[in-house]
Amino acid sequence: MTNEAIPNLTAFDDTALDKAFAALEAQARESAAGLDSEADVEAFRLEWLGRKQGRLNEVSGRWLKAAPPEAKKALGVRFNALKEVVEGLLDAALAGGPGDAALKAEAIDITLPGTRRLTGAEHPITRTMNEIVGVFAALGYSVGVGPEVETDYYNFESMNFPPGHPARDTQDTLVVAGQDRKPLRDRLLLRTHTSPVQMRTMEQQPPPVRIVIPGKVHRNDAADATHSPIFHQVEGLCVDANITFSDLKGTLDHAMKALFGSAVKTRFFPSFFPFTEPSADVQISCIFCGGKGCRKCKQSGWIELLGCGMVDPAVFAFAAEKQPAYDAKQISGFAFGMGVERIAMMKYGISEIGSFFAGDMRFLSQFV
Amino acid sequence: MKILTKWLRAYLPGLADDDAQLAEDLTLRGIAVEGIYPLGEPNGSIDNGSVYEMDITTNRVDAMNHYGIAREAAAIYGLKLPELRYALPDARPAGKPFPVRIEAEDECGRFTARVLRDVTIGESRDWFAGAEVATYFALLEQKMILNAVDATNFAWLAMGQPTHAFDLDKIEGGIVVRRARKGERLKTLDGVERVLDADDLVVADHKKALGLAGVMGGWDTMITPETKNVLVEAAWFDPVAVRQTARRHGLHTDASHRFERGADFNAAPVASALVSAILLANGGWIEGELVDARIAAAEDRTARRKPVQLKLSEVWRILGATENEEGITAATVEAVLTALGCGLASSQRPTTGEVSWSVTLPSWRLDLEREIDLIEEVARVYGYNRFANTLPAFGEGVRALPWAEKEAAVRGTLLAAGFHEAIGSSFCSADEGALTAPQPAQVVPLGNPLSEEAGVLRPSLVPGMLAMIAGNLNRDVNDVRLFELGTVFGGTTDKGMADKVEERPALAFGAVGSLPEESALHASRAFEFHDVKGVVEQVLARFEMRAMYFDRFPAEAGIMPEWLHPYRAARAVADGVTVGWFGQLHPREAAARKIDTRRHGDAVLIGELYLDRLYKLPLRRPVAREISRYQPVRRDFSLVLDESVEWETIDRAIAELRIPELVEWRVREVFRDARLGKGEYALLLGATFQAQDRTLREEELQGFQTRVVEAVGKAGARLRV
Repeated sequence: MTNEAIPNLTAFDDTALDKAFAALEAQARESAAGLDSEADVEAFRLEWLGRKQGRLNEVSGRWLKAAPPEAKKALGVRFNALKEVVEGLLDAALAGGPGDAALKAEAIDITLPGTRRLTGAEHPITRTMNEIVGVFAALGYSVGVGPEVETDYYNFESMNFPPGHPARDTQDTLVVAGQDRKPLRDRLLLRTHTSPVQMRTMEQQPPPVRIVIPGKVHRNDAADATHSPIFHQVEGLCVDANITFSDLKGTLDHAMKALFGSAVKTRFFPSFFPFTEPSADVQISCIFCGGKGCRKCKQSGWIELLGCGMVDPAVFAFAAEKQPAYDAKQISGFAFGMGVERIAMMKYGISEIGSFFAGDMRFLSQFV
Repeated sequence: MKILTKWLRAYLPGLADDDAQLAEDLTLRGIAVEGIYPLGEPNGSIDNGSVYEMDITTNRVDAMNHYGIAREAAAIYGLKLPELRYALPDARPAGKPFPVRIEAEDECGRFTARVLRDVTIGESRDWFAGAEVATYFALLEQKMILNAVDATNFAWLAMGQPTHAFDLDKIEGGIVVRRARKGERLKTLDGVERVLDADDLVVADHKKALGLAGVMGGWDTMITPETKNVLVEAAWFDPVAVRQTARRHGLHTDASHRFERGADFNAAPVASALVSAILLANGGWIEGELVDARIAAAEDRTARRKPVQLKLSEVWRILGATENEEGITAATVEAVLTALGCGLASSQRPTTGEVSWSVTLPSWRLDLEREIDLIEEVARVYGYNRFANTLPAFGEGVRALPWAEKEAAVRGTLLAAGFHEAIGSSFCSADEGALTAPQPAQVVPLGNPLSEEAGVLRPSLVPGMLAMIAGNLNRDVNDVRLFELGTVFGGTTDKGMADKVEERPALAFGAVGSLPEESALHASRAFEFHDVKGVVEQVLARFEMRAMYFDRFPAEAGIMPEWLHPYRAARAVADGVTVGWFGQLHPREAAARKIDTRRHGDAVLIGELYLDRLYKLPLRRPVAREISRYQPVRRDFSLVLDESVEWETIDRAIAELRIPELVEWRVREVFRDARLGKGEYALLLGATFQAQDRTLREEELQGFQTRVVEAVGKAGARLRV
């Protein structure tokens, strides 16, 4: 893009000057239009504004020198105007950055996968447990926890499982060694449910109580697809004046809708737990088929999810030994408990309970 | 347990609902029908109803039989249930009543005995319409054996009352119900020769034990096809006594199941009549009237319990609102409880109008004892799903756990560092416990462990973490990054007994293989010691502390945990307290767990932090500092050090200069090359100088630089030229 050499100027009247400068400006604009790379821009700058060989320098050297004195001013004005135009073109070229060709040379494969700084995944049990706790926190429940190694008193006796009661057989218990010489109530065992924390909470605090208790529990169960000696529960307890069975129903109906979606229906039917009376099992309409019946709900349209009931007066009597305000004639309450694994298995479509405790990276990384 | 609807309908001819509806109505009232299996011809020519597979909660032992379930159905539908009565032919007089004596009065409340003579032991015959033994047994797929056995089985299925038939001619003298003598021998019906304990309850004659009371009969007095004369026993035994005897002998029979949970005190004569009637259908006659030995105290505890007071207001206080605005009425309470066999005498306080009842309790419902039990029955039969869904008023403010925020900070840091959260076993083997326990003497063994590998409560999360790492590597998952937040256990013993078990929160993490980056363009790099050190530093940085440092101990000091590589591991110390250990797994332990480091090529990095100690520190609260408007100046120093000089020495020397304008310094690079002297390495130190109030002048900077060079020089570094 070499421009033709600067011609010698012979006429210096306004018309001749205008024509000469217009030609130069047109050349400058034409050159500037083709600037594509940084090198082009630099070449343009050198060609026009270079201190030694620049075209403007040449113009000022040859034309100005040759001009008669009366034409010097008119020429100077036009020269400065041209210089401004060229400088403007240069600025514009610089500000515009490299042109498309230059950029194209820098093309990359954007279809390659992105580089990922991998983050870890919260365990599905933690996640499910937090979700359940969150639902009840929004209903005004505080969070409580208790020890995993319990005494027989808290795990059984104060939960109204008297010594020798057949209901104890339903919870195969892992016991700490060397307890035989202790009184039964002081013997240490691995808690079989989170219910003992109900008693620990009531001993610490007079009513009202609204508490939700997430935790790990253990049973001497053989492991299979749905049983594990280690599992988690979330327990809830609400005690106050005038807490009724219909409050229990309403609370759990709300909680199930919050956890599984507002279309979920609940139904309650009688069950038996030593520490509640009346006791109930709660089913929710099958979240897979909406209640029409499918393989997951064994065609029943319902899935059994949790146990609950009104706190048995016998449990209040144990609490009243330390907190007399737990007078079953004055207050009432409800309690509920649910298995976290079962809920997580349903929510995430997990078929083996053992997957939760194997630490398999392939399993865990699905929960990021 | 299986229930025939044909049999139920024999008790309730007025029952109009079909089997499916009946099953649902029973289930919603806690008498759970788990499965319905229709019987009879598909074309409907013969309708034998259905078999229900039942799942009945342990407290409702009264409903684990046909009559008991018929009673529930009657209560649900408001039907009249006829009383069970079995007419027997008149007895021929006996010379004297058959001798029955209850010695163990606390354990045996009632013992009835009926003598049948000249019976024919053989096949059972259907003996009256509506109780067709053969028909029902066939539908239930219950094997017919001999009429004496079938009769007791029939009574069991009909009314849930265990009975027993003895070969009368093998009984010497009469019946005595007593505690066994220690060492006494008895061969039970299962053919097992048993040595009895003084706590066992037996039915005996005047010479010997005949059977374990309420659990299993004896071999020697068993009915055989040769038996001519029979003694029919129907009794009531105490739940605890039967439970203890059954447990001691490892037996769980239908009879023990029922007695352990409380049998019906009044059922014995009825069941005895039923069994006798079936036997007599094959011939024979009754000698004497029914012998009925009863203990008044036991009767008072069961069939003649004091009435329970029930207030309508209490029903409302506990149960709350129903969908029907009328709520639970006095009429509902009366209808439900009467149908279940209670007797109600109502009264109304003239002043308040409050309705209450004095309720007598049915002998078959020993689970009913208190007002709340009656309220439950009202709710149950009324139907749980007819109650409204209401919400209690809010109580007080919601409190989170005091350490919830700290736990979340720790978890968040590990997750951000690319570690997955895991939950491992709460148990480990005694060997693993001894290896990893901070105090091996405090490991807590289990009395009945699941297995030897799970013999103790974990004193550390490390065994579980190692198992999970090994598990992944065995499955050819070679990049492992896991952490666990869990409880560890330590016990104190008192006179050899585990006295207290202390539980502490802990964090373990493990890593092997690549750093958590997935890139198509850059080669991955394996985890190394300083990567996990960085994680530990980041965790600790979430807490407010004056000082944090890392150190190690010579192997011979015996302070380093044995599972760590003695020269590639460190202790983390926060404010002077040991908060954990981490580093490379000891190659010996890796080998012991078949973690093949040659195949994987990488080191296993592992660590454990004692969160109980860390949680004593407050979470760091961020405080913003003024950011200087003046330009920072960075100066690099290329240092050469002897291999024996560690960074910490250099770091401390610079810190001790206390130059306020030296705002940051760190190692930019560590390298070793051949141009250095033997046993030397090079380190590039980058230092940044900046003032809050001025631009630093060249002379000032020169001064600082000289001081830094001097200080590191004294610490053992020379400038590389």
